[in-house]
Amino acid sequence: MMAAKPDTFVPALPPSAPERARPLISLEGAGITYGRGANAVEALTPTDLDIDKGDFVALVGPSGCGKSTILKLVANLIRASRGHVFVGGREVGAERVGIGMAFQNPTMLPWLRIRDNIMLPLKIVEPFRSEFRAKRKTEFRDRAEALLEVVGLKGFGDKYPWQLSGGMLQRANLCRALIHDPALLLLDEPFGALDQFTREELWAILQQLWMDRKPTVILVTHDLREAAYLATRVCVMSARPGRIVADDAVPFARPRTLDMTFEPEFVALTQRLRGLIVDARTGKV
Amino acid sequence: MEFLSERARQKLKSALLILSFFVLWEVACLVFKVSEIVLPRPTVILGALWQFFPGIRPHLIQTLYTTLVGFALGVGIGVVIGAVIGVSRVAYDTAYPLLVGFSSIPKVAVVPIFVLWFGAGTTPAILTSMVICIFPIVVNVATGLATTEPELEDVLKALGAKKLDILWNVSLPRAMPYFFASLKVAITLAFVGTVLSETVASNRGIGNLMMIASSNFNVPLVFAGLFLLAGLGVALYVIFSLIERRVAGWAMRKQDFAMG
Repeated sequence: MMAAKPDTFVPALPPSAPERARPLISLEGAGITYGRGANAVEALTPTDLDIDKGDFVALVGPSGCGKSTILKLVANLIRASRGHVFVGGREVGAERVGIGMAFQNPTMLPWLRIRDNIMLPLKIVEPFRSEFRAKRKTEFRDRAEALLEVVGLKGFGDKYPWQLSGGMLQRANLCRALIHDPALLLLDEPFGALDQFTREELWAILQQLWMDRKPTVILVTHDLREAAYLATRVCVMSARPGRIVADDAVPFARPRTLDMTFEPEFVALTQRLRGLIVDARTGKV
Repeated sequence: MEFLSERARQKLKSALLILSFFVLWEVACLVFKVSEIVLPRPTVILGALWQFFPGIRPHLIQTLYTTLVGFALGVGIGVVIGAVIGVSRVAYDTAYPLLVGFSSIPKVAVVPIFVLWFGAGTTPAILTSMVICIFPIVVNVATGLATTEPELEDVLKALGAKKLDILWNVSLPRAMPYFFASLKVAITLAFVGTVLSETVASNRGIGNLMMIASSNFNVPLVFAGLFLLAGLGVALYVIFSLIERRVAGWAMRKQDFAMG
């Protein structure tokens, strides 16, 4: 898996370099084909996509179009059958980039308290891993508590997952994805199973977390309002085999408010995205 | 504390029901004048147990010892095989058919082979109780390990977790409830294995005692042996249930767990 040749690629340019810094993530003709020969199914047509450090990119598109596939490529959970995926300037997997991931299913471990669930990444990722025993009752614990407070779960650290509602579990899930201060946050429809009000509340929290910590975020979602509210860039994908058919910057000022989502420019943007996806579904693009 | 009294009342109710089963047995034997050779009354059985206890004790210790050793070996081997099968696809495909085939063989048929290899006595009894426990443990451990949510695995792999990290932090704890469920099945089976082997080829142990008692038509003593076996089985089952509560309580009824 670690077969990338370090000498093939120039490491990230020094800050003084005149050119714009390399993007943190770069897909160069990355494509995925499952199966072989006549049975081959193309899941993702060779795709180019650059994502700058600190960007917040939303991937939208019809279901099964390969949005999650892109996420998994970037997380090095699957390998591209064609093309290249670069993270941090080197082939994916070669550079240890801190990654936090969250799915629609919160997957909290039922035998651990919420606090310990959230601290799970610290048990695994260096440099926290080697200090875990020493600091789990002090510094790391405080870190978890602070994060819980930000997402509105202050005082719930001692509870077990089954004592929390779906919305609360999803808040905890966000905490788990962020506890190790990842440079890259990958979210796969994290709010898909929540009711509208909880979802909107979590949008505000996620926006705040992003503004405070500036991780690079890739958000896969079906909700166009969510995409336009949260993201700085929205990429629309076509139906399977997926490819990116539109790449829109979202110009609205931060922090965005829910009221803004009902203003004409915002509505116009979501309408446009909707139109693109409808076309993508019917195969017109 | 209304909850506790409700719980206590339930326990009392079931205890009374269990007791009434024996009372019914006693009364039925008296009313229908059932001969002691056919079915002794519970009081007669307890009397026999009391009367012969000094003679029974070494047999009891022998059976308990044999069973526990066989059980411990079975658990050890079962966990290892189960873990390998649960983690590796190849091992699953290879070992599963073999295991299913092996566990379908009636264990009575295996005892003579063990006797042939190791002679009559303790060793075949230990081995019989061992082989009888392996299968449920293997199946449960393998299932438990294989049920990790794929999303969680992705989250951990994205963090750079090694296979061992995932096994240790997620898969093993998740397999615990399955493991304990299988322990409770296995401990009762282990007694079956021991007694089976003792009945066929041994000069000690409760199985042997019951054989001798039945050939002397001392039916109350035969039933006393049965009672002892049942008692031992229940006792060990309870012990494992208590350990389970501590180790894997999260998987049980939430209410009780919250209270504990």
